[in-house]
Amino acid sequence: MAGFAMRDQQRELVVFRNRLMLAGFAILIAFAMLLGRFAWLQVVQREYYHTLAEANRISVVPVVPNRGLILDRTGKVLAANYSAYTLEITPSKVPNVERAIEELARVIEVSPRDRRRFKKLQEESKNFESLPIRTRLTEEEVARFAVNRFRFPGFEIKARLFRSYPQGEVASHAIGYIGRINDADVKRIDEAGLTTNYKGTDHIGKLGIEGAYEKELHGLTGTEQVEIDAGGRAIRSLARTEPISGNNLMVTLDLDLQKIAEDAFQDYKGALVAIDPKNGEVLALVSRPGFDPNLFVDGIDPQNWDALNNSPDKPLNNRALRGQYPPGSTIKPFMALAALEFRKRSPEFTISDPGYFTLAGVNHRYRDWKKEGHGLVNLHKSIVISCDTYYYGLANDLGIDAIHTFLTRFGFGAPTGIDIDGELPGLAPSQEWKQRRFRQKWYAGDTVSVGIGQGYMLSTPLQLAAATATLANNGVPVHPRLLKAVQDSKTQEMRELEPSVEKDAVAVKPENLALVRAAMVDVTRPGGTASQAYAGATYAVAAKTGTAQVVGMKQNEKYDEKRLKQEHWDHALLIAFAPADDPKIALAILVENGKHGGSTAGPIAREVFDYYLTGRKPVRKDLPKPDQIPDEEHD
Amino acid sequence: MISRLFDLLARRIDGPLMAALALTLALGVTVVYSASGGLGADRVMGQGRNLALAVFALWLFAQVHPQLLMRLALPAYLAGLALLVAVALFGEIRNGARRWLHLGMATIQPSEIMKIAVPLVLAWWFHRREEGLRLLDFVIAAVILVLPVGLIVRQPDLGTALLIFASGFFVIFLAGLSWKVIGSMTVAGLASLPFLWSMMHDYQRQRILTLLDPMQDPLGAGYHIIQSTIAIGSGGILGKGWLNGTQAQLDFVPERSTDFILAVFGEEFGLVGNVILLVLYLLIIGRGLMIAANASTVFARLTAGAITLTFFTYAFVNMGMVSGILPVVGVPLPMISYGGTALLSILAGMGILMSISTHKQLVSS
Repeated sequence: MAGFAMRDQQRELVVFRNRLMLAGFAILIAFAMLLGRFAWLQVVQREYYHTLAEANRISVVPVVPNRGLILDRTGKVLAANYSAYTLEITPSKVPNVERAIEELARVIEVSPRDRRRFKKLQEESKNFESLPIRTRLTEEEVARFAVNRFRFPGFEIKARLFRSYPQGEVASHAIGYIGRINDADVKRIDEAGLTTNYKGTDHIGKLGIEGAYEKELHGLTGTEQVEIDAGGRAIRSLARTEPISGNNLMVTLDLDLQKIAEDAFQDYKGALVAIDPKNGEVLALVSRPGFDPNLFVDGIDPQNWDALNNSPDKPLNNRALRGQYPPGSTIKPFMALAALEFRKRSPEFTISDPGYFTLAGVNHRYRDWKKEGHGLVNLHKSIVISCDTYYYGLANDLGIDAIHTFLTRFGFGAPTGIDIDGELPGLAPSQEWKQRRFRQKWYAGDTVSVGIGQGYMLSTPLQLAAATATLANNGVPVHPRLLKAVQDSKTQEMRELEPSVEKDAVAVKPENLALVRAAMVDVTRPGGTASQAYAGATYAVAAKTGTAQVVGMKQNEKYDEKRLKQEHWDHALLIAFAPADDPKIALAILVENGKHGGSTAGPIAREVFDYYLTGRKPVRKDLPKPDQIPDEEHD
Repeated sequence: MISRLFDLLARRIDGPLMAALALTLALGVTVVYSASGGLGADRVMGQGRNLALAVFALWLFAQVHPQLLMRLALPAYLAGLALLVAVALFGEIRNGARRWLHLGMATIQPSEIMKIAVPLVLAWWFHRREEGLRLLDFVIAAVILVLPVGLIVRQPDLGTALLIFASGFFVIFLAGLSWKVIGSMTVAGLASLPFLWSMMHDYQRQRILTLLDPMQDPLGAGYHIIQSTIAIGSGGILGKGWLNGTQAQLDFVPERSTDFILAVFGEEFGLVGNVILLVLYLLIIGRGLMIAANASTVFARLTAGAITLTFFTYAFVNMGMVSGILPVVGVPLPMISYGGTALLSILAGMGILMSISTHKQLVSS
């Protein structure tokens, strides 16, 4: 039996080795076939394939889809496309680009700005990309070039769609702009797996709505199979799949309201965000100064870029989303609510204000803006006349962590999640934060400053607006957004977005809210800090003024505005909503170096409310210049 | 100290095979850089990570005694089969195919496990039935093979199914399946072609039609083949030089860093490059066949033979596809194409070969 098995194993080994040899033989034949195939392609047929590769006779060219339009909530156009001729150069096909451009300048006009822009584009692009030297050629210029085209190899006239922003600077920070695709964009496109869809596209949304909703706006690229000659020009089309245009976007902005809000700032810098508190729709988003997005579309030239980028006014900075300012006294309604909610204050609780506050055992005097004090102050009055002393003590009793917890509910210290990029989070400080950030203990004095929205506290105008809208919406958090509806390019169907307002999560008790709101209404009535601006209004406004210190003050130093340079003058703030009993609009305004909320931000808000609630267009009245605003009219 | 570390690392490594592998892998990284356009550096870094992992797998498998591998064969196969069933039931669909399975954090493609498990389990089976193979043993082997292949065909992933089928078939063939059976199966297979044709998905039919006449659909399915043959052909004898292939660099060759990387290589390094690559592959295959011929157990023999022949199949199918003599199936060029999964399973297989080659003395003594 063992012998039999042995013989069997031997036989098996022989069979195995035979088969292995057979397989080896087959492998040799297969590799010989491959070798034959390679030799056939690379030796015998080389010339043929070489010609094909050189000419790549049949070329598949992408057909770029039309970019979707951007419309305001009433359908007015904010971003559109128009068709025009450009003259483009492929540098790799031109032996001496500079000489060729000189030559070209004798045929059609080439301005120094065109040359500078082209040079910048050339530095940023690859050699074989086609780059525009002139845009928006007239019919006559096209004809003149066509006659001379034989002298300009590597130059090509193209009819293309261009992006234009007919409103210019208006709403530029919300709409954003498109620009030429750069290396970082290529990487992003590649990672998203969209490389094929961006073949032929040379612009991409960079900022604002254009950037955030690039996917909706771009559309699907089509293809065209064309026969091309050795020079790369298309001879005839063989087949074509049509591109699908991008979707039109309707944004929540109201263009007329936006214009009124922007104009209302006159020469002041600053930001305004107006929100519909019922659904979070952003009705106006202002950051002054703005910029002309049209400059970016075909590559901005270095001079314009320097002018925008290095301007001390920082027009490219979106102050509404990225400006982090101390909220100043506009934080007081929220502090008051916190104290009511945590039962640290009752409505009746009254202090006698000597004009300053001291912590037990410390000499330092925390000053009220009114040197002699406000006399007897309860919660209602503390908001109406903006008493600092009341809030120093209130904050101290609450403690920083309770303040942190409460403010976080209203969205302070975290991005609001608005649907465009770049938002900064502001800061609602806490003990834990200070330990982490500075490795330092939190001091009672830190809390006192936070009580009046100074110290470590920071917020963006957008955050303030969202928090105000939340107050107006009875404590139900409001999430601001800019996109209202998407219009499908194929079916033309308008698809409204679901309102994103939370139905639950009420943050505060109704009776506490009512108290604070009533006090905010009295802010705009005689005796309140914003009363001036609301004389004769046909609706009730709830508001709170504020001032954000730009320069820290030393102990016992009087704030002397005349001695300070203008850029060190305080920022004016205002939060407000109206009509007070059934709010339709809530806003936050920041006026840089505008001193007091009541005197500069108040009138701006009045114009916005008047137009939005009554349709009345503002009669131009000059805002007071900062040096005309009296010092004692503080806060 | 250093020499001891070297000894530890080099233990169980087959010198000639390792040398051929290293040369091929180095060639691969060079081509991946060129085939990645502007992303060259990133890709090479990525491939470096893949390589490190795959070489570690090679080393690991080389340390594992074939005996242990044989014991693991059946559990691995059963686990793979269970995962394939799971894929069929709850797999994730990407690009119209149900191939992936979510396992907590990672997404896996169980068909990859089967690339190694199927030949191992079949080798194990024949090893067990060593004394007097009967026809019934072959029938059972066929069932073992057809189960996973059928599941993978249904995903559908025809390319992988064919490769796994091939690897299993090699084991059965080397085990001594009689010529009569092979002959009659071939006839039956040819006869069932029309039936298979009717079972195929449209895109699979399209690939075969396109192979017969690429110009029929130059924009769609034929585009790959047209552009890749132009790339290879235009490379000529000496090639256009590294990074200088116009077809590749101007983006005419699709999937140029993965399945179609041979087009880039052929264009930039010419016929000379292609011959070098063929020779390297032949060296690897030749060494593999030697290891198989000298292996001491049935399991080791069959495993080594099947791994080697499967490796050949990968290389042949990919090169045939890119040069336009085989239909387009998604098979990467072994050890050259960018990507981690295929590299891992191939080098793991090479590790098994080395284990078989270096452990045989111990077994026979």
